[in-house]
Amino acid sequence: MTNSQLTPGVVPGRLPAAAYRDHFADKEPAFDRHEAQVAADRCYFCHDAPCMTACPTSIDIPLFIRQISTGTPEAAAVTIWSQNILGGMCGRVCPTEQLCEEVCVREVAEGKPVEIGRLQRYATDSVMAKGVHPFARAARTGKTVAVVGAGPAGLSAAHRLAMHGHDVTIYDARRKAGGLNEYGIAAYKAPNDFAQAEIDWLMKIGGITVKTGKSLGRDISLDELRKAHDAVFLGIGLAGVNALRAEGEEKAMVRDAVDFIAELRQAADKSVLPIGRDVVVIGGGMTAVDAAVQSKLLGAENVTIVYRRTQDKMSASDYEQNHAASKGVRIITGAAPLRVHGDGAVREIEFAYTIEGPDGLALSSETFVLKADQVFKAIGQSLEGQPDALKLEGRKIAVTGAGRTSLPGVWAGGDCAAGGNDLTVTAVAEGRDAAEDIHASLMAKA
Amino acid sequence: MADLTSNFIGIKSPNPFWLASAPPTDKEYNVRRAFEAGWGGVVWKTLGSEGPPIVNVSGPRYGAIWGSDRRLMGLNNIELITDRPLEVNLREIKSVKRDYPDRALVISLMVPCDEESWKDILKRIEDTEADGVELNFGCPHGMAERGMGSAVGQVPEYIEMVTRWVKQYSRMPCIVKLTPNVTSILPPAMAAKRGGADAVSLINTVKSITNVDLDSFSPFPMIDGKGSHGGYCGPAVKPIALNMVGEIARHHETHGLPISGIGGVTTWRDAAEFLAMGSGNVQVCTAAMTYGFKVVQEMISGLSQYLDSKDMALDDLIGRAVPNFVEWQDLNLNYVTKARIDQDACIKCGRCYAACEDTSHQAIAMKPGRVFEVKDDECVACNLCVNVCPVENCITMEKLPLGALDERTGRKVEPYANWTTHPNNPMAVKAAE
Repeated sequence: MTNSQLTPGVVPGRLPAAAYRDHFADKEPAFDRHEAQVAADRCYFCHDAPCMTACPTSIDIPLFIRQISTGTPEAAAVTIWSQNILGGMCGRVCPTEQLCEEVCVREVAEGKPVEIGRLQRYATDSVMAKGVHPFARAARTGKTVAVVGAGPAGLSAAHRLAMHGHDVTIYDARRKAGGLNEYGIAAYKAPNDFAQAEIDWLMKIGGITVKTGKSLGRDISLDELRKAHDAVFLGIGLAGVNALRAEGEEKAMVRDAVDFIAELRQAADKSVLPIGRDVVVIGGGMTAVDAAVQSKLLGAENVTIVYRRTQDKMSASDYEQNHAASKGVRIITGAAPLRVHGDGAVREIEFAYTIEGPDGLALSSETFVLKADQVFKAIGQSLEGQPDALKLEGRKIAVTGAGRTSLPGVWAGGDCAAGGNDLTVTAVAEGRDAAEDIHASLMAKA
Repeated sequence: MADLTSNFIGIKSPNPFWLASAPPTDKEYNVRRAFEAGWGGVVWKTLGSEGPPIVNVSGPRYGAIWGSDRRLMGLNNIELITDRPLEVNLREIKSVKRDYPDRALVISLMVPCDEESWKDILKRIEDTEADGVELNFGCPHGMAERGMGSAVGQVPEYIEMVTRWVKQYSRMPCIVKLTPNVTSILPPAMAAKRGGADAVSLINTVKSITNVDLDSFSPFPMIDGKGSHGGYCGPAVKPIALNMVGEIARHHETHGLPISGIGGVTTWRDAAEFLAMGSGNVQVCTAAMTYGFKVVQEMISGLSQYLDSKDMALDDLIGRAVPNFVEWQDLNLNYVTKARIDQDACIKCGRCYAACEDTSHQAIAMKPGRVFEVKDDECVACNLCVNVCPVENCITMEKLPLGALDERTGRKVEPYANWTTHPNNPMAVKAAE
C-alpha cells in the first residue's frame, strides 16, 4: 500500500520517488562561468566596502569578485579562504541577506544586490573541483593543540593552527566530523555530501588528526587534554535542547527539531523517512524554518510554525520566512504552547495567544488548537557537558579577547562561547582568531 | 606564486606594476598609501622649475566615457604638472624613498627647453636618492602651449638634445616619456635613443575631447562654458598604446631599447599583453584613479597565476609577441577560415545575422525556428559575427585544411604565400627563372 499526503499518522513515502530527488536537490544551483562573470560585473568595487564590514570573517569581497571578473576564480578563492577556510559552506548557508548582501550598495540602490554568496561558492567550488589546496603548512613547531568539536569553529581553528606548523588533534563526539555543517543544516542547502568533501579538502593542509566518537566528559577530560597538549580549543557547540515547558510534551511524536534535521541529513534515501500529515514546529529561528520546510518537502500536508513573539522578533530572516511560505508553510506568531493532547502520541496541541508587556511575555485567555500528529521543538539549544572548571557568562562559556576562557591554555569559540550570534560564519571567525591567539601565545613561550 | 621581481634598466622593484606620473603620485600621502597597497614603483608627478607654482583650473579637470553599467572606459584630463612648491615635493620624495628602499621611485621632470633649466633641476633632485628620472615630453595640454611637454615630444631634435643634457648632467637612469600625438612614434623613439636615453615610456595621453555638452554647446570638461582639449587615457587607449610599443620593440633601430608600457592597463591581462609586446614593465594610472590603489593586488595575483600556468618566468614573457608582430604584407593570404555557429550555444538573438546581412557579406542565413547558419560560399571570415555575438565561443573561426575547397573562391587552400609574391601585386617579387 502506498502512502500519500493525506495518509494519517507519521508515515514514510508520501510522495512519488522522483519528488524526493527534486525536493532535496541543490536549492540554488551553482553559477556557471558565464553567469559568474555577469554577476561579478555588477560589483562596483566599493572603497571600504560595506559588504566586507558586514562579513563576520571580513572577506575582501570586492577583491575576490574582481578576481572572478578578470577570469581568476583561483585567486578569488585564495582571497576568500585566507579569511574563511569554510568559505565554500558559508557561500551556501550564510544568511547573506542579513550580512554582506543586505548592505551591498546595489541592494540599497536597486533592491538587487550583487549575488555575493553565489559568487563565493563559484570561486571556492572552482578550486575544490580541481582538488587543489592552495595553502602550505609552515615548518613544524613541535607544539600540539587539542581541538574539541569538529564543527565550523573547531575546523577553522584546526586549519589555522596546522598552517602555522602545530600538530592538531580534533576530538568529536559524533560519528562524523563537521558538527552543524554535517548534522544541522537543511539537506537542500548542502547536497552531494558537501560538508564531508569540504572537510577532506581542508585536511589537505596536513598535521590534523581527527578522532570521532570521543565525547568530552565521557571519553576524554579537559584535564587530560591540558596535560597532553600545549593548548586546548573548545568548539563544542550547544548540545542541549531547550524544553517547551508545556504539559504533555513527553508524548510520542514530539521531538527535537535538531534531531530530525540530523537524521534527515544522514539519510541517503529521503523516502524512507516518516513524516506526519499535520506537522507543527515550535520556534522562530533558522532551525524552525529548516525543520518546517523539510517536513513539507517530505510530503506533510499541513506544516505550521508557531512562534511566541511577534514576527519581527523571529531570528529567521525575511528571506528564510519567505522561503518557508513559498513551500506552503504557514507561520503563526504571538502564540505559545499550553498543552499537548493525545493518547500516547500527540493528536493536537493547544496554544494561547501572547501579550507583549513591559514585564515580558504574558499568556492571554484566548486559545486555539492545531491538529498535529508530529511536533518539532525548535526553541533553542543550550550549552551542555562543559567542564565544570570553566566560568560561564549567562549560559555560555565566558571568554575574553580572542576566545580565552577562565582557564589558562584553554580557548573557546563558536556557539558554545559567549558573545557570538550562533552563525556558522561567526564560528569560523572565532575559531580562526582563537587559533591566531593560541599561535602567538605558544610562540611567545617558545 | 611566480616571482614578479622586476629589474628595469637597473631599477629594481618587487613587481613590474608602477604608478605613472599623474595625480595619484602628486604627494607623499598618496605614494605611501600606494606602496602599502603593493605597488612596485611610482613615477612622481611631474616637477617643474623653481619659482611660482603652477596654477590649475578650479572647475572640472576630468571628462570620461563609460561602458555598460557606467564602467569607466576612458578618462580625459586638463590638469597640469604639480602645483605644489618644488622644495615640498623634493622633501617628500626623499622621505618616501628612505622608508621604501625596495620600491622604485622615479621623478618625472618638465622644465623649459634650455640647458640651464635642465641642469638646474637635475642638481636640485640629486640628493632625493630617487632611482631615476622620466622626461615628460608627453603632456598634450596646457604646458605644450608654453613650449614644454608634447611640444618637445613632437620634435625629435629637441628630444635628442634634452636627453643628451640630462645624461650629461645626471648619473641617474633616464626614461624618456613619449607623446602619441605624432604621425609615427618611431622618430621620437629613435631620437631618445640617440640622445642616450636608457629607456622610453609610452604612451602619454592622447589629445581629446570626451564629449560636448548639448545644452551649453561646450566641449567637456567645461570651465565656465568653454572647454579645451585634454589628454585621454584609460582602457580605451590601450590598442593605440600596444601598437606604438610594438612598433618600437620590433624596429631594427630601436629593438632592445627598454620600454615602460603605459596606456589603459587595468587588469593583469592588460599588463601581460604589454609585457608580451615588448614592455619591460608597465605604468598604471586610470585603473588606480577609478578603483583606488588596491586594484594592484588583482594585477599581482593574476599575472602570477598566468605565469605559473604557462610555466614562464617574468623575463620569458617580455617581448614574447614581438616576432609575431609583422607588416600586413607578411600575412598569409592562403590562410582561409569560415565562421562556425554552435547551435547548442546559440541563444537565437540574431545579432550575427543583422551585422552580416546589413554591413558585411550576406553570409549568414536565417532559417525557420530562428536557426542561423553560415553560408561558406559568401563568408570572407571577417570575424564581425564573432565580435557582436553576446555568447562567448558560440561563433568561432574554423581553419580550412590545406587542399580543402574554399567555396567562396572555388579554389583549393594552398601553402603560405603573401602579398609580396601575389600575382595582383605590380611590385611582386618574381621567382628566379
